Amino acid sequence: MAVLIDLVLLAMLALTALRVIFLKDLFTVVMLFSIYSFLSAAIFVSLDAVDVAFTEAAVGAGISTVLMLATLAMTGRTEKESEHSSLLPLIVVFVTGAALVYGTLDMPPFGAPDNPIHEHVAPRYIEESPKEVGLPNMVTSVLASYRGFDTLGETVVVFAAMIGVITLLGVRRIGRQEEAETTGFIAHEVLRTVAKLVIPLIVLFALYVQFHGDFGPGGGFQAGVIAAAAIILYALVFGLSPALQVVAPKFLMLLAPFGVLLYASVGVYSMLQGGNFLDYNQLAADPIAGQHYGIIIIELGVGITVFAVMLSIFYAFASQVEGANIK
Amino acid sequence: MFILDIVSSLLLFAGVFFGLSGAVGLFKFPDFFTRVHAASVTDSIAVLLIIGGLLLQTSFDLNTAKLLFIGLFLLMTGPTASHALAKSARHGGLLTLAETKAEQKEKAN
Repeated sequence: MAVLIDLVLLAMLALTALRVIFLKDLFTVVMLFSIYSFLSAAIFVSLDAVDVAFTEAAVGAGISTVLMLATLAMTGRTEKESEHSSLLPLIVVFVTGAALVYGTLDMPPFGAPDNPIHEHVAPRYIEESPKEVGLPNMVTSVLASYRGFDTLGETVVVFAAMIGVITLLGVRRIGRQEEAETTGFIAHEVLRTVAKLVIPLIVLFALYVQFHGDFGPGGGFQAGVIAAAAIILYALVFGLSPALQVVAPKFLMLLAPFGVLLYASVGVYSMLQGGNFLDYNQLAADPIAGQHYGIIIIELGVGITVFAVMLSIFYAFASQVEGANIK
Repeated sequence: MFILDIVSSLLLFAGVFFGLSGAVGLFKFPDFFTRVHAASVTDSIAVLLIIGGLLLQTSFDLNTAKLLFIGLFLLMTGPTASHALAKSARHGGLLTLAETKAEQKEKAN
């Protein structure tokens, strides 16, 4: 039964991908991308990788769809006809593909139980992490403690994305009073009422995901995206100007580096205590308690940065669209 | 216990039936508004029945509470999404099938 579900999901995934290639209407393509992400999230759930599924659903299907729709609002919704011959790209793709396939020949057989990854790292985490870190959710132990340095790098990448978008686009200033009336869904009474009901619940859920990440699926990345989604919903329903007043872009520009610095400062602090960089054992007298403190603080740093970056990118796109519409 | 299982599977089957009929309607119905109507069946009654069926399978623990929250959230957001979609189409000037036909008749006369 599980195999059947996997096969159906994979077939749907392949069909969605093929449809994306042949469509010219980019609006439909964005919607299909969102479906694609949801399907992959479902596959991850069936593979028991709930943390990854959660991230895929929140980031892939949620925020990226909104950002791609905002981009389409700026660029137009149909794909341009290509004037170049497609022979050279085809050759390049074939050569690269052949090289990649040739490269996989040296890799260990797919799914074999005696692959290196199943013999060294994974058993080590599964056997030792309850003693060394002591968290029920092993994924969080690996992500935040064993691979803490990698996760710091990921957070910096997210932060760098924000620097790129803000440098290229910037958040356009919008007049306060008159324009505030023109955006948002004024006539949608039902939508506004339900949004008022739902937004606090979304924020509450984001906080739950943030601080429950040690025990269940979740963590800083998902929580930051969900919290940003709450403010994006507010901006979509009530207009961009009120949202800019609730969470100001300048405040976000402080918040994003603050998260990265909070994360890195844990590392520096543990070095000052005489350990290695990001060695949480040094944070408290009891190593396990130290691990817990460290993980909670760095997850908070990740959450703050992801929230600020996602919302800033949305603001940058949405304010451009809004500015163009008002003119 | 046995009766609960029967009721639960009845609810689940009914939910699946409404979900499927919503999907069929989405493909078979003639215009936008009837299709939205069909699609909204899947995220209102189908969800209600499936979550109802799953609720009877739990033993009144944390899972029950989680399912109740999911049901409540979907009941709030699903119909709202359908409503907003239809209303936006209406504001955008999309006519129903009957209105389009009436307009064509008027033009022909």
